[in-house]
Amino acid sequence: MDELKVVSEAVQYIVIKIGDEQYGIDIKYIENIVRMQKITRVPKVQPYFKGVINLRGEVVPVMSLRLKMGLEADVTMNTTRIIILKIEQNAPIGVIVDEVKEVVTLDETNTDKVAYDAKDDSVNYINGIGKCNGGLISLLDLNVVVSDKETI
Amino acid sequence: MDVSQYLEIFLDETKEHLQSLSEQLMILENEPENADTINEIFRAAHSLKGMAGTMGYKRMQKLTHNMENVFSEVRNGKLKVNGHLIDILFQALDALEEYKDAIQNTSDEGTNDNTPIIDALIKILEGEGEAQEAQEKAEPAAKAEPAENSAETAAGADGMKWQEIKLQESELHALQEAFEKGKKVYGLTVVVQETCILKAARAFLVFKALEELGTIVVSNPSAQDIEDEHFDFDFSMYFVTDAALDKTIEAIKNVSEIEEGIGKQIKLADLDTAEQTAPAEEHDTTAPAAATETALTTGEETPQAQQTAPAAGNKKTTVAKPVVNRTVRVDIEKLDVLMNLVSELIIAKNSLVSFSESDVSNTNFNEQIEYLESVTTNLHESVMKVRMVPIESVVNRFPKMIRDLSKKLNKKMNLYMSGEDTELDRTVVDEIGDPLMHLLRNSADHGLESAEVRAARGKNEVGTIQLDAYQDGNNVVIEVKDDGNGIDVAAVRQKAIERGTITAEQAETMGDKDIVDLLFLPSFSTAKVVSDVSGRGVGLDVVKSKIEALGGDVSVKTKLGEGSTFSIRLPLTLAIIQALMVVVGEEKYAISLGSIQTIEALTEDEVKYVQAKEVINLRGTVIPLIRLRSVLDIEPKPKDDDTLVVVIVKKGDSMAGLVVDELIGQQEIVIKSLGKYINCTSRMISGATILGDGEVALILDANALI
Repeated sequence: MDELKVVSEAVQYIVIKIGDEQYGIDIKYIENIVRMQKITRVPKVQPYFKGVINLRGEVVPVMSLRLKMGLEADVTMNTTRIIILKIEQNAPIGVIVDEVKEVVTLDETNTDKVAYDAKDDSVNYINGIGKCNGGLISLLDLNVVVSDKETI
Repeated sequence: MDVSQYLEIFLDETKEHLQSLSEQLMILENEPENADTINEIFRAAHSLKGMAGTMGYKRMQKLTHNMENVFSEVRNGKLKVNGHLIDILFQALDALEEYKDAIQNTSDEGTNDNTPIIDALIKILEGEGEAQEAQEKAEPAAKAEPAENSAETAAGADGMKWQEIKLQESELHALQEAFEKGKKVYGLTVVVQETCILKAARAFLVFKALEELGTIVVSNPSAQDIEDEHFDFDFSMYFVTDAALDKTIEAIKNVSEIEEGIGKQIKLADLDTAEQTAPAEEHDTTAPAAATETALTTGEETPQAQQTAPAAGNKKTTVAKPVVNRTVRVDIEKLDVLMNLVSELIIAKNSLVSFSESDVSNTNFNEQIEYLESVTTNLHESVMKVRMVPIESVVNRFPKMIRDLSKKLNKKMNLYMSGEDTELDRTVVDEIGDPLMHLLRNSADHGLESAEVRAARGKNEVGTIQLDAYQDGNNVVIEVKDDGNGIDVAAVRQKAIERGTITAEQAETMGDKDIVDLLFLPSFSTAKVVSDVSGRGVGLDVVKSKIEALGGDVSVKTKLGEGSTFSIRLPLTLAIIQALMVVVGEEKYAISLGSIQTIEALTEDEVKYVQAKEVINLRGTVIPLIRLRSVLDIEPKPKDDDTLVVVIVKKGDSMAGLVVDELIGQQEIVIKSLGKYINCTSRMISGATILGDGEVALILDANALI
């Protein structure tokens, strides 16, 4: 019974790379993964928004996780992808990542909650750490990722 | 079957009747002797009562019943219309609105009996002090109906189609049993109006009304056929009841859209003859049967025509309703889907167009593309038209509101409206009501002065509020104008400084217009703060945000002592527009064609400076210049090029020249939202569109740039 319960709480994550770090995105929020394409700049918006793309007839805003997290700007490589997230109905949003690596299944036994420090004002994009194949994966809290707050 | 499926019809009709009541009462207030109006009011109240009764809304029925009584007296000339009466009637109308809203929200009429209003109505009736009053009340409609009835029974003698019903043995038996029990048997024929859309529903309501009184023994066509709408415009039945014929007919007529209800009491002897003529018809085609048959067929054709003709003649005087259009109710979501499909089609067409432009060799192909283009444009226009509704449905409740306000505020005022037939997208019309109401209230409450002040200022004691709607290019403009006090700019300036909204230095440099615009800021929205100064600012920020959410904007012109005008400007269409495509830097932008005045080619020398701002003098008009490159954060153009391409855009009375690098041309574009995540603070990008080559271009909102 115990084992069953654990299995039922297992979550699949897509592992992405930004810089040297690995991040995990809950697969249920992912609508699509597309190659880097022409992004139309939108003037006078939040700086981390790169602009909008045409995704099969739909206009989808694209943001840079790097800029939002306060890292240096994206350099488009062969492996660069845009992950289309759908956190709410009818409101897709794209995030640029350096590389999409693999899909992993994590359950409670190999994820750790991140201790929350009330004194820490900075925005925390991560709500857990996953352990897989000897590496660590930071699990992204997507609601924070798409919210208006950014690392300053 | 239960009545819930007719709830929608009931609500729609109730709305219609209430609206008509409200309009007619307004007329009656000014012309207390207008017989047409009184008739119309009586009819509306009567229909309301009938409908409420059928749907089982007893409280609503009771109230309308009492209203009807009063109207009946007025109609008979026994009661004079006066201000007090009208007031009470308006109160009753409000109460009915409440019932309607309650029913709409909970499908229950609520528990408010509105006894004070009913009492007041009864008092009016009694105040007249006539003995026949009580009798009047007991049989309200009887007085109204008999004249019509007698005429009908005389004229309708050959419209009695129930004679065509061939009785089965069992049914005959049932009828005979009824006779033995001393019950009354009627033959009834009900004619539905030819314009009626839901005949089956009407028939059902008739059946339901009758079943409350007695039993329907047999009907022609059968109940099942009627339910499936397998009948023309009339149906007949044998009906067993204890009630009087008048009552029965009245019950039928209480259902709206019923043209006629014809009935006759049937004696046992009649039945026997009917029974005999029926078989006679079957095997004998000679004289008597032929006579009956011609009688019957003519009964079908001519009298009906005769009936409808005088009925129409009669109704003309009483029914002021416009001719009913042939309509289909469509779920707005289905239209949205249709609209989206049209959008997709236009995108696909645009990509074909860009494809054909790159390959000019095949003229036949180009012709077909042009044909496709005209078809999609027409299709788009048709779909848009389907979604368009006149703003009438929103503004027609305002006259009553102003009347109420006038009483409440104790100020004399009149509302004049024009352009009620101006059409807007359905979604916009649904949302526009509240902001407009707000502006009207503002004008009535804070704009107009009291009669004494007005008299002292040499103005007409009766204040004027004007609501004008008209189309202006791709926009619809709705103006709320009053001839009241206007906005005291100095006082607003003072208050703004006191509240710290602006500094004293800022206030110095701000023009009157900028100061007035402060009223739209949220911090200025509380009445307590501002009304003692300027009397403005009640929720104007709410108005502004609502209008902006609809893609429009709101502005105000005011002159102290002479009044103010609030203008709401709304986009005509929401989804697809004609636009001019321009190039700025490396990027393509779309500007709505509706806001473009002209396109000018100028040189740098023609740019002049006024207050350190760039302007051009275009044929005598000084127009501010906006360099899109700087507004859109693009590096300035290299100096070597001396020519300027300027797109002159217009918003209301103000104009601006937008400097672009290049023009691409006119194109039909589909507006797509940028989504909720992107926070476009300047509002100058109103959306995006997908071009033929799949590229995304942004749409510039010229209104926000000016």
